[in-house]
Amino acid sequence: MTQWTPVLLANVQRPNSEKIGTYLDGGGYQALRKALQMTPDEVIAEVKNSGLRGRGGAGFPTGTKWSFVPKDAPVKYLAVNTDEGEPGTFKDRLIVERDPHAILEGVIIAAYAVGAQRAFVYIRGEFFLGVKRWIKAIADAYEYGFLGKDILGSGFNLDVSVHRGAGAYICGEETAMIESLEGKRGEPRLKPPYPAQEGLWYKPTIVQNCETLANIPHIIERGAAWYAGIGTEQSKGPKIFCVSGHVNRPGNYELPLGVTLREIIEEHAGGVRYGRKVKAIIPGGASTPMLTADQLDVPMAFETLQAAGSALGTGAVIVMDEETDMVEVTRRITRFFVHESCGECTPCRVGGQRILENLDRLAAGQAEPAIMQELDRLSQGIMGLTFCPMGTGMCEPITSGMRLFRDEFTARFPESA
Amino acid sequence: MSRNDSTDPPVGSALIEPAKQAMLLSALYIAQEQNGYLTPEAVERTAQRLGLSERDVYSTASFYTLFRMQPVGRYVIQVCDGLSCYLADGADTVADYIGAKLGIAPGETTPDNAFSLEKVQCLASCGTAPAMRVNDQLYEHLTAAAIDAILERLMGEV
Repeated sequence: MTQWTPVLLANVQRPNSEKIGTYLDGGGYQALRKALQMTPDEVIAEVKNSGLRGRGGAGFPTGTKWSFVPKDAPVKYLAVNTDEGEPGTFKDRLIVERDPHAILEGVIIAAYAVGAQRAFVYIRGEFFLGVKRWIKAIADAYEYGFLGKDILGSGFNLDVSVHRGAGAYICGEETAMIESLEGKRGEPRLKPPYPAQEGLWYKPTIVQNCETLANIPHIIERGAAWYAGIGTEQSKGPKIFCVSGHVNRPGNYELPLGVTLREIIEEHAGGVRYGRKVKAIIPGGASTPMLTADQLDVPMAFETLQAAGSALGTGAVIVMDEETDMVEVTRRITRFFVHESCGECTPCRVGGQRILENLDRLAAGQAEPAIMQELDRLSQGIMGLTFCPMGTGMCEPITSGMRLFRDEFTARFPESA
Repeated sequence: MSRNDSTDPPVGSALIEPAKQAMLLSALYIAQEQNGYLTPEAVERTAQRLGLSERDVYSTASFYTLFRMQPVGRYVIQVCDGLSCYLADGADTVADYIGAKLGIAPGETTPDNAFSLEKVQCLASCGTAPAMRVNDQLYEHLTAAAIDAILERLMGEV
């Protein structure tokens, strides 16, 4: 079993872990002091050299993103993505509720690095405790001089405010979040321009996931070389894996990237419930393609999961045992995406609805064999043809489910067919 | 350039103050507090306060599921319909159980306006499934006994 002492989840089990005093006792805000002694470019270089890639799903190199912000822009923003909604994912909620200062310290360092004097926390409207914890953490950080004017005597100023979303999965997509922060419908913008060039109110904006930001203080404190020594060739550092579904011990497990799915499921999450076998795994949240039991030895890393035909996504591992009805699983995931489609792009809005109607008929035993080609055709008419990645994300579970569990789909045809 | 340039007023426009418009979601939460949903009067007042048209306010409000245009019960029970809750024998099971106890289906409100039942998308409680929210309170690891206790307590408060 991989030996790993948690870094990101070191605090969350401590009593009063959310309080600033607890965070300071554990060495909190030392990384901020160190970062403020460095130049912004040195901070960006450190993050670049660490190899950190975004933990919100896309896996874009964080330091590289920061370097895209135009140096001469007078106004720049940082947006903190606490809109965790990808089915199977529950890591950011844990950190926000139990260790908000770990993220906030990362926010301040990131803002210093890119030269943003204003940061916006965007949090799911459903996360009521999280909202309270964010507000309290920010208020305390002001009191201790970690926010506001001339932070720790560095001359750097930063203000942070909290904004509640109101129930829309799509607002986790960075440009939809920006629209929502502006008080509008959360409909994604066409990219490019990317937010780093033109984001909130068309000013350069860095949008960063909570788990990503929680890594920053550790990188600054222990150095890029330490961080780059963890993980695989293209996937550095520790990752919080959210394990749910048919396992004995569902929960958040922090492990180095590159750990195998088998180890996560069998050794950390206690194996499949009732001693059953694995049938299918969704490795990175509902929008990532499914894997099967013969792929359990794939390392959980960006490059290895891509080679296996899936993606690391948010690191949300959903385990399904041999009794699972894969037609129903596919239908439920589709229903989620159809409900959450913002409706802006026709392929996603109309195509998704057509796919769901077909899956409903199939599940009810009312579909003819030609439905398989029809589902393929509809998916091909959506994937890659929408403003945001949700259109493709909607189709991944369908196309992978139909490919991997074809027999279960065809078994639903009426006997006459 | 962004596609938004053609339809949205530029930053600093006299038509809409960006900073005021950015407060719209927060304002809608406040506007919704009093009646549990957004009354036409609340929308009108919100629009006036923020210098927006009622159309703009409706446009934004109708996009988000937590803003309601219809009255709801005093307690809104939101059962997670996510995949992990389904795999944990929750989702349909929990919604059906509560629906049978209250005599309503998802999307309905009890005749005394005490409870509304909804199925909602993933609540990020997959590791502690099945889960539901009642107003702003999250409940996890749901069992029949736990649900009974929650409903009994809420009924006592109605």
